[in-house]
Amino acid sequence: MTVTTERRLSRLAAADLDTMLLIRHFELGLLDLFEQGKLNGTTHTCLGQEYIPVALGPLLVDGDHVFSNHRGHGHYLSRFGDAHGLLAEIMGRQGAVCNGVGGSQHILRGTYLSTGVQGQSLPVAAGVALHLRRGGDPLLAAAYIGDGTWGEGAVYEALNLARLWSLPLLVVVEHNRIAQSTRTEDQMAGTIAGRAQAFGIRHQRIAGADVNAIRELLTPLVEEVRHRREPAVVEFDTYRVGPHSKGDDSRDRPLIEEAARHDWYRLYAEDHPEQFAPADRRQRDRVAQIIHEVAARPASAWESPCA
Amino acid sequence: MRVAENLNSALLDLLAADEDVFVLGEDITDPYGGAFKVTRGLSTRFPGRVLATPLSEGAIVGAAGGLALAGDKAIVEIMFGDFAALAFDQIVNFASKSVTMYGRRVPLRLIVRCPVGGNRGYGPTHSQSLQKHFLGVPNLALHELSPFHDNARVLAEMLAAGTPAILFEDKVLYTQRMFQDGRIDDLFRYDFVGAETPVARVYLERPDEYDNVIIAPGGMTHRALTAMRAAFLEDESSSLLLVPSRLYPFTLDPLLPILAGARQIIVVEESTAGGTWGAELAQEIYPRLWGRLRHPIRLVHSADSVIPTAAHLERRVLVQDDTIRAALREADHA
Ligand SMILES: Cc1ncc(C[n+]2csc(CCOP(=O)(O)OP(=O)(O)O)c2C)c(N)n1
Repeated sequence: MTVTTERRLSRLAAADLDTMLLIRHFELGLLDLFEQGKLNGTTHTCLGQEYIPVALGPLLVDGDHVFSNHRGHGHYLSRFGDAHGLLAEIMGRQGAVCNGVGGSQHILRGTYLSTGVQGQSLPVAAGVALHLRRGGDPLLAAAYIGDGTWGEGAVYEALNLARLWSLPLLVVVEHNRIAQSTRTEDQMAGTIAGRAQAFGIRHQRIAGADVNAIRELLTPLVEEVRHRREPAVVEFDTYRVGPHSKGDDSRDRPLIEEAARHDWYRLYAEDHPEQFAPADRRQRDRVAQIIHEVAARPASAWESPCA
Repeated sequence: MRVAENLNSALLDLLAADEDVFVLGEDITDPYGGAFKVTRGLSTRFPGRVLATPLSEGAIVGAAGGLALAGDKAIVEIMFGDFAALAFDQIVNFASKSVTMYGRRVPLRLIVRCPVGGNRGYGPTHSQSLQKHFLGVPNLALHELSPFHDNARVLAEMLAAGTPAILFEDKVLYTQRMFQDGRIDDLFRYDFVGAETPVARVYLERPDEYDNVIIAPGGMTHRALTAMRAAFLEDESSSLLLVPSRLYPFTLDPLLPILAGARQIIVVEESTAGGTWGAELAQEIYPRLWGRLRHPIRLVHSADSVIPTAAHLERRVLVQDDTIRAALREADHA
């Protein structure tokens, strides 16, 4: 079943809008830092997809485990709001969440974990869900994956286990129509819905970026995963507004423009200009301040456990 | 007691002593009890924690990694060790990485049990010794089953380390008896060297009287003993055999005085040629004993070949007792 949320975006609570804008400016800030040659390695921004983890935020509780992926800054910021720690991690500065060892793609904080190998997290999340199931509390493991990751066999092994063992596993798919440079239709036969159905796993497709409507829709579904201990796949029909990593957007112009047309940031600015403008300015300034502050810190230190 | 029974009771004791221990694997539940019967009886006693899985090596090790991440202790049986190749990502890129890649130590108590080795006619994809493919991975310990080392202690050591570990189990050992009380037979005695991870030392009359020293993982024990017996009876050549439980990382220090006294050091393993454990061990020994070695370290391993199914062909490829016997003879004439 597909649910398309309203074309006009409903008004957001200030805190939600702030988090979405924090993520937006954080990501833009990273691309800017890269351009200036101030960042090492690579990073994947979630421009255009910020609303997804923000919508899910209040549906998850502290004891839930969250598995993130390469495109995880929004997942992290929506859960912890800790832009300083994340930026320090990405820049290798003091105060880094993982002392600069993991970097953008490898973060562990409490029950939140990200890894950089596609498909790897789902079996691990299934194992954690098995642990949670046995513990008896209504907790779940949520794993974010992209559409391209459905090419990995590990995904299907994990879905099979999750259904077979009735595991509280919530698979959140950010279907942004592309994987790196490959359009989804060039690498996926059939549909994600069909694949979920093959395992007897509930599937919910969500189009549109209305955070309030998404939450209303997903609240009962997430409760079911929690209490009935059944896995579910929630597929967000979304758009990657920025490049795959940094400056590597090989899409044709019309596709890039299509993504921009669906960007919640632009849509929300149109729908709620009086709320948007000052909030946007505040978060832009805040991120600039954070970048300034973190960039001035000394390098992170790591007590190598192997030494 | 047979080696498989010792392992079975070690698993049973772990499950009984600790509510957080899980055992996962294909076909491991009763009445079947696993392809090699090592898990027999466990699921009947602990139905919720001994779980038969689908044929999904990657997901089994991944789920075990998830249990370990959440604080449980997980033991996986890979039906044939060859299939650990399908779990390589979970072992190398998830479980072992996670111990340190998040900038602080994250203990992961995970054991992957891999029945390995040939001489049973299972053919090229069910007979390999894959140890060498897992060497040198940070935070990944490699152990091998042996008839000397009590598995209760071995499993406890592996879990206590807080890093993922693989236990390689040479299938030919399952039906052999565990050695006891320092005595193997009329000829050979044994004791242990080293405290942290003890190495079994097999000797003739006295542990300090020997010509050559053989270092071999548990699966090679009986072939090595046969060769040592023949060398002694036919050539009056006496050898010492060192059988470690942990292959990697290898603790060399307690063995150095022993190795320094050898006419020749011979490292024996069943792996096929190329990038072997023996080569790794030799490069650790050379700088430590340079100037004191009387001869180059000799590496004995199987041929550079797939492992054939037919008995007469398989025999030619894999290390046998006469391969070791020949190495000892050459050592004596070196
Ligand atoms: C196993 C594996 N193969 C390849 C890659 C390289 N890689 C990183 S992101 C990516 C695309 C992933 O696409 P998708 O799952 O759709 O997520 P998106 O990038 O669109 O968010 C690829 C191929 C990887 N990280 N892991």
